[in-house]
Amino acid sequence: MTTRIRAIAFNTFREAVRDRVLYNLVFFALLLVATAPLLGEISIGVQRVLLINLSLSAISIFGIVISIFVGISLVSKEIERRTLYPVLSRPVGRGEFILGKYCGLAGTLLVNTMAMTTGVYVALLLMTRSFTRADANILIAIYFLFLQFIVIIGLALLFSSFSSPLLSALFALSMFVAGSFAADLRGFAAMSHGPEGLLARAASYVVPNLASLNVITRVSHDQFIPAALVGYNTLYTLLYATATITAAVLIFSRRDLK
Amino acid sequence: MPRSFPTNPMLAVEILGLEKTYAIGFWKKKRKDGLKSLHLEIQQGEVFGFLGPNGAGKTTTLKLLMGLISPTAGTARILNQPWHDPAVRARIGFLPEQPYFYDHLTPIELLDYYGTLSGISAPDRRLRIPKLLERVGLAGQGGTQLRKFSKGMLQRVGIAQAVLHEPEVVFLDEPMSGLDPVGRREVRNFIQSLNREGKTVFFSTHILGDAEALCHRVAVLNKGELRGISVVADLTSQNRSRFEVVWQATAAIPAMRAFGNETHVAGEVARTIVRESQLQAALEALKSQSAQLISVNPVGGSLEEYFLQKLGEPDKVPR
Repeated sequence: MTTRIRAIAFNTFREAVRDRVLYNLVFFALLLVATAPLLGEISIGVQRVLLINLSLSAISIFGIVISIFVGISLVSKEIERRTLYPVLSRPVGRGEFILGKYCGLAGTLLVNTMAMTTGVYVALLLMTRSFTRADANILIAIYFLFLQFIVIIGLALLFSSFSSPLLSALFALSMFVAGSFAADLRGFAAMSHGPEGLLARAASYVVPNLASLNVITRVSHDQFIPAALVGYNTLYTLLYATATITAAVLIFSRRDLK
Repeated sequence: MPRSFPTNPMLAVEILGLEKTYAIGFWKKKRKDGLKSLHLEIQQGEVFGFLGPNGAGKTTTLKLLMGLISPTAGTARILNQPWHDPAVRARIGFLPEQPYFYDHLTPIELLDYYGTLSGISAPDRRLRIPKLLERVGLAGQGGTQLRKFSKGMLQRVGIAQAVLHEPEVVFLDEPMSGLDPVGRREVRNFIQSLNREGKTVFFSTHILGDAEALCHRVAVLNKGELRGISVVADLTSQNRSRFEVVWQATAAIPAMRAFGNETHVAGEVARTIVRESQLQAALEALKSQSAQLISVNPVGGSLEEYFLQKLGEPDKVPR
């Protein structure tokens, strides 16, 4: 079973690489280079805040775009091009297929994020000439961003298991936006009563808590990130991703491939 | 499962009442029959042809057997096991209609991927893939990305992936579709060689010449209904009136047109249908024109008559 999932994951990764998904790294590098003259005009402390904010936001945007737009095509492209037929006519379960595709894209984003992380630290070193202990916090922020990608890929796969690519993109994007304001939604749910309160509470559980996974501002201002938050976010992401992937497998297993 | 039926160790495929109804329209309220209660038994070691016009239900049947769609009713067994059993999948091969593969891969990478999914060990894959590529006529093309392949070459890759894991039963959906006469002949030879190795071949086609040349038995399907099953030898022994002559060298076309009106040209390759009484003269004409003879196969005859007769029959549910 693991051999088959690994093979599907590797093929997904190889497809993403050959389809030039990782070309976004070039844009990321260009962005860092382009901001260098701008940073030269301001003081070193502000420079650091700006660099961290800018580069981590870029990692987030590139990662989310890849998670949504590659994620929704993982299954739909295979159905549309019928490349799925020779796969599923072998001893491959539909659950294995979904899991393999998921791991493949997660692996692609891991490589992508790691390359960008290297870029951030190189840029930081060029600017400040040395690392401080606080710079290690950037790794936590990037780890949380990666957890966001894990959640979004699961949602994109779930939506694409029953709807068209266009609708899947729309749903996944909506969930990302709503998830980014999850803290506000939970606040609203706590204050509301009656049916709208119930509705808001239900929505606050369904929508992913992406706000908790965004600590870019805190890290750029050297604020402390508690270890408990790392543990909570890791566990939350694992549970949320497991729920979405399970739902995607259940739906996809019942789907006729026309 | 709605019904169970006795197992026969000699049967490769047993289909009992498989049905598929599609829900269509925006609200999925309308119903369209893709396949109506199909009953069929295929013996191990036979080449079985599934004939019918486009939309007859041939692909639907194959998709049902491959587990790509689920039946509305009925059941099936492949090699004495339920058709949806994952263990069965390792023992069967499948070529989809007009196959399309990951075009970012090379044939070697693609076959390695499928081989892994079929549970073939890495040393076995390394051994089998080059031999198989040579067998399907793609030796030397193993490192070229599939995006650069023609339709005929993709069909060869498709056949290679279907037999890579040495399956006992091979399901081929329109394996000759889109091939030129040379490609068709090669696929025919390949199917014959698979059968000589003892494999059961179940293939769908709407080209009667292919079915006549290859099949032990054929089934005729129309509008989702099985219209009849017949032993090909019984049909063709009654009457061999016309032959399909395929040759290379377009210079011989005017001479060959004198023997038959049905002459088709595809590049350097041409085919003419001639009557049996004129066959010898036609072959001599080709020889005199220095044309290279590719194949001579009986066509038409009673399989065509049988096919047309079955298509013309009123709708029914066969048992």
